[in-house]
Amino acid sequence: MATHTLTPTTCYHCGDDCTTQQYTFDNKDFCCAGCRGVYQVLSQSGLCNYYTYNDHPGANRARLDKRFEYLDEPGVVSDLIDYTDSTMTVVTLYIPYIHCSSCIWLLEQLHRINPAIYYSRIDFLKRQLNLRFKNEEISLREVVELLFDIGYEPLISLQDIVKKQSTGKKDNLVKKIAVAGFCFGNVMLLSFPEYFGLSATEENFRQVFGWLNILFSLPMVLYSGTGYFTSAWHNLRNKVLNIDFPLALGIAVLFLRTVIEILTHSGPGFADTLCGLVFFLLVGKFVQQKTYYHISFERDYRSFFPVAVQVIDEEGKEKPVPLSDLKVGQRIRIRHNEIIPADAILLKGEALIDFSFVTGESLPVSKTLGEVVYAGGRQTSEALELEVIKPVSQSYLTQLWNNEAFTRKQDNRMKSFNERVSKHFTIVLLIIAIGSFLFWLPTDWHRGLSALTAVLIVACPCALALSTPFTLSAALSVFDKNLFYLKNTTVVEQLARINTIVLDKTGTITTGGNKAVNIHAELTTLEKQAIYSLCNNSSHPLSRQICQALGSYPLLSLQNYVEVAGKGLSAFVNGHHIKIGSASYLSQNYIHFGPGTEVHIMIDEVYTGAFQFKQSLRTGLENIFSLKPQIKFYLLSGDQDHEREAMARFFDHDGYMHFGKSPQQKLDFIKSLQLADRKVMMIGDGLNDSGALKQSDLGVAITDDVNNFSPGSDAILDGRSLNKLPAFFRFAKDAVGIIHISFFISLTYNLIGLSYAVTGALSPLIAAILMPLSTATIISFTSIATHVAAKKRNLL
Amino acid sequence: MSIIYFLIGCSILLALVFLGAFFWAQKHGQHDDLYTPSVRILLDDEPQEELKMMKVSF
Repeated sequence: MATHTLTPTTCYHCGDDCTTQQYTFDNKDFCCAGCRGVYQVLSQSGLCNYYTYNDHPGANRARLDKRFEYLDEPGVVSDLIDYTDSTMTVVTLYIPYIHCSSCIWLLEQLHRINPAIYYSRIDFLKRQLNLRFKNEEISLREVVELLFDIGYEPLISLQDIVKKQSTGKKDNLVKKIAVAGFCFGNVMLLSFPEYFGLSATEENFRQVFGWLNILFSLPMVLYSGTGYFTSAWHNLRNKVLNIDFPLALGIAVLFLRTVIEILTHSGPGFADTLCGLVFFLLVGKFVQQKTYYHISFERDYRSFFPVAVQVIDEEGKEKPVPLSDLKVGQRIRIRHNEIIPADAILLKGEALIDFSFVTGESLPVSKTLGEVVYAGGRQTSEALELEVIKPVSQSYLTQLWNNEAFTRKQDNRMKSFNERVSKHFTIVLLIIAIGSFLFWLPTDWHRGLSALTAVLIVACPCALALSTPFTLSAALSVFDKNLFYLKNTTVVEQLARINTIVLDKTGTITTGGNKAVNIHAELTTLEKQAIYSLCNNSSHPLSRQICQALGSYPLLSLQNYVEVAGKGLSAFVNGHHIKIGSASYLSQNYIHFGPGTEVHIMIDEVYTGAFQFKQSLRTGLENIFSLKPQIKFYLLSGDQDHEREAMARFFDHDGYMHFGKSPQQKLDFIKSLQLADRKVMMIGDGLNDSGALKQSDLGVAITDDVNNFSPGSDAILDGRSLNKLPAFFRFAKDAVGIIHISFFISLTYNLIGLSYAVTGALSPLIAAILMPLSTATIISFTSIATHVAAKKRNLL
Repeated sequence: MSIIYFLIGCSILLALVFLGAFFWAQKHGQHDDLYTPSVRILLDDEPQEELKMMKVSF
């Protein structure tokens, strides 16, 4: 009998703990056959340098499936690839496992594994791989399988196909900034002589410079600044006064006055102010875009659905069919770990379906033959045969997703401080401008006109427009560093206004994966060793947890090992018959030890006891309830209420806890809170919450793996940072405070400028100094203040 | 002083050349990915033998 002593070793490939020593190769330990396989592929191609750039660079390969037949379907392929001709194909794949420099190195060396792939480039931040390959020598399916073999399975989902069609909206902001910078620089240079003064003999320069200034201002107004005009026009048509209106007005007035002054030889115009204004505005916009560029997560339910599904035809043959072509009455085969794409009747196979996406209940549900299985469940047991009864677009989940909460425009509910203030600002500005015009009109209409234009120029809310994006972008990157990823800047302001938090239970308050194990059995060391050896052979998550709970023992050899998927394990160890699993598997009397999942033990046909798995609370949970007096907390769970007591200490009384809610009921509950004038923040995970997440004022998806999950929410919170939530709230409030102060500063500058402007005696020099000075003050104030605030809240 | 017209012309022309070069780089995707190249440049074609030995022995 071979007994090994288990010393804790880590997998050479992925760095996980090795629970067994079965997988060794080249004197290296691996945690599973998958990881060893990857190492073998790499070492055969002489690509082991992969391991020199990082320790354990690989991703764990233990539980992945290999189903890529659908990539042979021409219909699917043509939707996925970027370009193809008779010799080569270009494709861009999203690979979530890209995480370090070793990945870059390996994936860019693909040509050494297969020369038919002659070009591969990674975009690290987007986690995309751009490939070009000779399509006569290798097919897309083979390429994807090769990537799978080396541990980088691309995530190909319906999203990839649907998204293709919606692209094409691309603003060339960088180009606009380049043009603006070019003109701004030249105009500044050409305006210098004007400020220093020209002697009478050099009068003709003035005209030339003036003309050149007009020439350079033209692309500013006609190209770089057009966005402000169209936006202002759109808003006016919708009867909204936003900050773009005074900006557009300012740009127009600046340009007209410059042209008129130069043409009539009455002055030098404001060409440099104009160019500086547009340039700074565009830079502000760019900073804002850049900050949340890499955390764009417009992924919705489609990213969970597969591209194709295996359909069984009359002759019993399987054929992959694109999801969109799936029809009612077709028979489909769903294998282990695949998602059921449409409501269907179970025809064959043992269904054990994980509906955590739909209901939040983390325990797999078993279904009997003939029962309806709803879309969105993930099969966790053997392969199934199902008959589709509803087309994909009408199934249960899509119905929920098609709810109005999803189709509604996001912008309507978020009215930022900026928008509210700019409306009043614009009105006051117009009143002052017209007032000063009317004041001067009886005595000197010329002066009145110049006062009118000067007011519009000097009050042009450049600093005002910049303060919000700069503050919020800085705040966003602080959140980002603390693993709280916000969709855009308005979320920060929304966060500061929240007064009600609704929490989902499973996966939010409790973590699904790390459950505490209670052993309700008297076991001898030998029995423990036997159970350990038995469980070690199974990759089921519960078996692995039992192994962890028992500690490590030398492995014993097993005879007649049987694993019934979704039920339990049995084997003979040292002549003893060990059987562990669910109550129905043991087919004997058993003891129920209370709430939670139980795995029962039977040794030599005698019931010995059970392992009880308790869902553990997320660490740092107590912290968030420190917000309590100001913020009301609700619990909203899809689960049944068997953990009501455990939750009671967090929530004031039963009225704050709601169990057994369906996704639609969750959504309605949020709606009812909003009708009571609450600003609701919903924290949840799983697709079953996505309706509620969308409906709430601020939907936060909580996840332990940011790449793994991102429904249509406003923010993603990494589970590890849940305890920082109170700090996030305070910091969001700080950020809004900083915006208010910077508005005040910018208004002070405007007032100083206005006091010159209303007299009609605004010189271009003052405008040229005041404008960039206010911008610089605002930018430096906001960035320093946000930094200080973040430090104060311990977020930096 | 008329030379200044020529000089201004020259400077604008030069600036236009740079603007054109920027547009060219933009069009060819040189600003699409600003992070990966900075990592890629650190990856040697063949790391030194000692490094390899070190890893194997540990």
